[in-house]
Parts: sequence; C-alpha cells; structure tokens
Amino acid sequence: MTALYKKIIAKLAKTLCLRAAKRCCKRSRLFLSLPLLMLCLSPVHANELTINIAYATQTSSKPSPSLALFKTPENNGVAGAELGIVDSNTTGKFLKQHYALQVVDGADSAELIEALKSWLATNPGPVILDVSDKVMSAILALPEASNRLFINATNKSDRWRVTQCQTGLLHTAPSYAMLGDALGQFLMARRWREWFIVEGNSEADKAMANAYVRSSKRFGTEITGRRTWTFDTDLRRTSQQEVPALTQGEDYDVVLVADADNLFGFYLPYNTYLPRPVAGTHGMKAASWHRSIEQWGALQLQNRFLDTNGRPMNEDDYNAWLAVRAVSEAVTRTKSANSATLYQYLMSDKFDLAAFKGRKLTFRNWNGQLRQPIPLVQPESLVSQSPQQGFLHPNTDLDTLGYDKPEVRCSMAQE
Amino acid sequence: MKSWILPAMMMAASPAMADIAYVSNEKDDTLTLIDTDALEVLQTIDVGMRPRGIIFSHDYKYLYICASDSDAVQVLDVATNKIIHNLPSGEDPEQFALHPNNHHLYIANEDDAVVTVVDTEKRDVVAQINVGVEPEGMAASPDGKWVINTSETTNMLHWIDASTQELVDNTLVDQRPRHVEFTKDGKTVWSSSEIGGTVSIVDVASKAITHTINFKIPGVHRDKIQPVGVKLTDNGKYAFVALGPANHVAVVDAKTYEVLDYLLVGRRVWMLEFANDQKLLLTTNGVSGDVSVIDTDDLKVIKTLKVGRYPWGVAVKP
Repeated sequence: MTALYKKIIAKLAKTLCLRAAKRCCKRSRLFLSLPLLMLCLSPVHANELTINIAYATQTSSKPSPSLALFKTPENNGVAGAELGIVDSNTTGKFLKQHYALQVVDGADSAELIEALKSWLATNPGPVILDVSDKVMSAILALPEASNRLFINATNKSDRWRVTQCQTGLLHTAPSYAMLGDALGQFLMARRWREWFIVEGNSEADKAMANAYVRSSKRFGTEITGRRTWTFDTDLRRTSQQEVPALTQGEDYDVVLVADADNLFGFYLPYNTYLPRPVAGTHGMKAASWHRSIEQWGALQLQNRFLDTNGRPMNEDDYNAWLAVRAVSEAVTRTKSANSATLYQYLMSDKFDLAAFKGRKLTFRNWNGQLRQPIPLVQPESLVSQSPQQGFLHPNTDLDTLGYDKPEVRCSMAQE
Repeated sequence: MKSWILPAMMMAASPAMADIAYVSNEKDDTLTLIDTDALEVLQTIDVGMRPRGIIFSHDYKYLYICASDSDAVQVLDVATNKIIHNLPSGEDPEQFALHPNNHHLYIANEDDAVVTVVDTEKRDVVAQINVGVEPEGMAASPDGKWVINTSETTNMLHWIDASTQELVDNTLVDQRPRHVEFTKDGKTVWSSSEIGGTVSIVDVASKAITHTINFKIPGVHRDKIQPVGVKLTDNGKYAFVALGPANHVAVVDAKTYEVLDYLLVGRRVWMLEFANDQKLLLTTNGVSGDVSVIDTDDLKVIKTLKVGRYPWGVAVKP
C-alpha cells in the first residue's frame, strides 16, 4: 500500500512541478521558478542514477592461436562485464540505479584511443580497460583521463602495481607477481623446491618467467635450468621427440612454463625428460578464475554465465565482472555516480566485495590492486587456492601474494 | 485463545519426551535422524538431490525439503518417513519459510532471482516475486504480515507484504546476507552477512539497521569469521550465531548485543536449531560432516555426532 501511495504522490508531484515550471518560464519569472523547480525535482529524481561504463578493448590485439581449439572467444572479457551489468541492474532496480555498458574498440591502438577520447569527453562514467601496456600508457596520459576511474581487468604487468601505480587506476586482474607467488606457495607446501623454467619469447612470457624467478628468491628455492622456447616449426607431430631434449638437465621437481599466449605450453605435460609435473601457464595454472570453481556459491555465477553465453566463464570474463561489481557496489553504498567519489570509496576500508572466493575482496590502497585468493587449477578441476596455510603477514595473508607495500615504489605508496 | 495454547504447547514439549532432529546431508542426498535425548543417530533416509533447507509444517505432519539439484521441494510424510510428493518449487530451491498460516511456503530460487510462493495444500504456485541476485535466506514474521528474503549478491533484505505478495521495501545490509531470524515479538530482525562478517539488527517498523554486531576470535583471521545461521532463545536471553569457517558459534546477549562467548564446534558450521525445549542447540558442520550439540544452560559443547557428508540444514520435531 505504502509503495502505491509513494508512486502516486511522486507522479502527482512530477506533473504539478512540470506545470508550475512551464508557467514560470512563460512569464519568465525565473527568480521564482528556480527554488520551486529544485524543490520539485529533489523528491522525484534525487535517487535516480544512470551509470554508463565503457569497456575499452583492442580487437585483433592477441596473437593468433596455434590451434583453432584455443581461439579466444569474440566476447572475451566483455561477456563478464555484461553479466556484471545484468547483476547490477537487478540490484539497481530497487534503488533506481541503472547501469549500461558500452564497448569502445578500434582496429588498432590509435583508433581505440581516439574512440575512447570521444567517449570520455561525453561520458563521466568509469572505464574498464582490456588493453596492452602501450595502450594503457597512452590512455592514462590523455588530458580527458584525469580525475577519472579506470579499472584494469586483463593487464597483468607488474609495472602498473609497482612503479606506475596512480590515483584513479585500479586492477581487478591479478599481477604476474601475484600469480607467481600463488604458485610458489603451493610448490613450497608440496616441498617441490627445484624448478625448471621454460619460457616463450614474448614480453608477457618474460614477465611471467620473471615472476617465477622472483618467487623463487622469496621462498629460497633453486632454479636448476631455464630454457627459451625457440621452435618456429609446428610441433604437433614431433613434440614427443623435441620436448624431452629441451627439458633435459639437472634434476628438478617441477617444470614451470611461461607461455602467456598459449602457443606451446600444452606440448609440455607428459613430454618432459624427467617424469615431473608441469605448472605455470599450463598444467597446473594459477588463475583468478576457472570453470571448475564451484565452492562458495560460485556455481550460481558459473550457471548464469554459461546460460547467457554458452561457454564457461574464463579469467578475463571474471575480472571484468568483478570490475563492474566493484563499481556498482560503490554506487550502491555512496549513492553517487561521481568517479572521484567512487574511487575514494573503493580505496577506503568501508569497501568489501563478495566474489565467490570464500572471503571478502578489497583494494590495496597503496597501489590499487584487488586483494584476492588465487585458485590453482588443472584443466579439469581446482587443485588448491593460495595463500597457502602458514604464509603469514602482519595485516592479511592475502598480501603475501604479489608486491607488498614496502616493495612498491610509486608515489601512492609513499603517502 | 492464548490461555489454552500455551499449556498445550508446554505439555507437548515436556523435557521428558525425546525430540527427533532431522539433518539434511547436501552431498549424500540423505537425511540423518537423531534422537536428541540419547544423542544417537536413529536412521538415514534417502531423499532428492542436494538437500539443503528443511522445515516442518506447523503440525509436524510433513517435512519440506529443498532438493536443490532435483529442482524440487519434496514433501516427507513424517509418520512413515516416505516422500509423498513434490511441490512446484521453481528452479534450484535453497531455503524457504513457512507462513504462520501453515500453507504458504516462500521458496528462494537461487538461480532465477525470484521467490516462489507455493500453496502446500493445493500444490500450486500462488505468486512469483522478483527479488535481487541469488536469493537465499527466508523468514516470515510471527504475525504473518511480513516475509523477508535476503539476496546474496544484491546485499539486501527484501520485504514482501504477505497479504499482497508484493515486494514493498528493501534494506541494504553488509556483503552476502545469508539468514534472517525474527525475534519472538516480531519487532526486530537479526540478519547475518557472511562475507561482511557481521550481524545486523533491523527494526521491523522502520526497516532500518539499528545495530551491527562484529565478531573477533583470537587466532582466527577476521576474513574467516563468516556468520550464517542465527537462532534466538524464546526467553530473549541469547542469540546463537554460526560463524562458518571460523568453526565457532558465537553466544550473544540478545538484549545488549554483546558477544559473550565463542564455542568451538565442527568445521564450517552452517545452520542451527534448538531441541529439547531449547535446552540443546544443534549445529550442522559441513566440512567435518558432523553435528555438534550445545547445552544452552552451561554454554558448552557436550557431544559431536557423525552424520552424512556436508550436513546443511537441521529441523527438530518435538
């Protein structure tokens, strides 16, 4: 009943106000109409918010896969953001908040930057970034980008968390260092202390391999060999001959592979010279999400995604979903769509997010990185989740993953 | 009317009579029956897939079972312990509440963001109410005026007017609200937030939060303190709060909201229910697969009973 009354009163107020305003304008007695208008507008529109979120992505930025099977879905990442919008709108309808997603893309980086520039000029909302280091630098340097909220959903480079962190930039994607530590902690728990690294040639491969090395130093393990994958021939029929030769060397407990673009890592399991497990980007993998995760209510999210998209949710989808959920959580609690207000709330200790990982997620206020447990998965199931038991930290064990505050060198951490 | 109901109830619940506790085992597709006097397992009954929420009809003739993966609410005839039929429940029912009128069952359909109202006698759907993402906890007020649903991802209590079956108001609470419990006088609601780590006290008249309870257990990280099940004693003295992976049940002074004690129980404690005239409190411990029995006078755990895999819900028949 009360709801019905409220509706009727609101409707009445709206019509009355409109009439009054029209009359006032006709007689051009603005001095009278202005306070009246404000009075009228406040109860009807005060709570209504529309939040436009951009999803900036480069089409054709990913190298083409070696097997057709590994083709990246066309709506990679975007699908997660879209589900986040649907979830947020279900919540938003009770609060008169409406969320919309706009994909901003370009055939090359220059085109994307131009498109985003014009979006930023006309929209005050937050931007989810699914871009390379180079494009991220260019976007953040735009004059239109100052005082805006950017959430990086896919870029794992440590530089954005260590030297180039900046106000207004958040990361839902875990960094290479976080993934490396998540893996390293598990290997320590298993007492597999001798690591053999096989890495690809791309920048991402090097960054991933460096994260293993950093982790090794942290935990005092030994790297018994490090090889670079240089094959440029198709190994589909010959991996059984080539991979043992490549992985021959001093004894090791585990082979760590760094193949960020999924070009060769899948040749390694079962083909290593010594009968040892493979982990890293292939075999057992540290990833922010995987289709086999069903604990902590995750099955609901997996089902919602699968029903909508006909494919399982992957890491990029999940990180983009998280980005939208973080924004909408901040909007819900602050009742504001202002980027600065939202950013401030997200970085405060008031913010926490339930995200199907068994505990609350928060942002590190010294570099904008989302704290999160990291699942360790094999192709068919969840193996473990780091941080592992026994890795302690004075504040939260989640900060044993990745660069901690004293190691971060950007100005945010100095404040 | 009250003058004769009360003695009748006291007779029925006299401490000499053994209660029977029914525990749903989520991963075994079974119910475990426990004699609460002898504190022994009586028998195990096969039911539908992934049984979670269970609740008795007010006359204890029937037990309603959310068989989540069977997409059904099953009705067990308590006299024979046989499933007699299914109710049209909507998809993936997880928790529910029975209205004081004894025939309107309010079911949270987790996958569909709706609450389904089913008439248990006519076995038809009375209404479907759109709520937030992942509806979970359900409770009906003692006077039958309100039904509250919690939505885990929307983080709200949704207030459903039971006379019109319409959603009329929402209260924003902390992350992942799991369970709601009305006080006996119906004036206050206790609402647990699993990921927020808090219990909110909500005033029914204003639908606003009046107090938030925080928990702190030495040696347990705050992130692992995840309140789920809540039970309030009828005498208004205590509230018991199951703290999930913290493996403890908090004892709260129901008047001052001060946390009095933390009782160590099994692993991942989920739901709670009183037995033996509220002298005992049973807890379902999912990961350790057992039920802890708490003496509510001494506030001590007196026994642990092995049940099936992942015990979830518990309901007690006097």
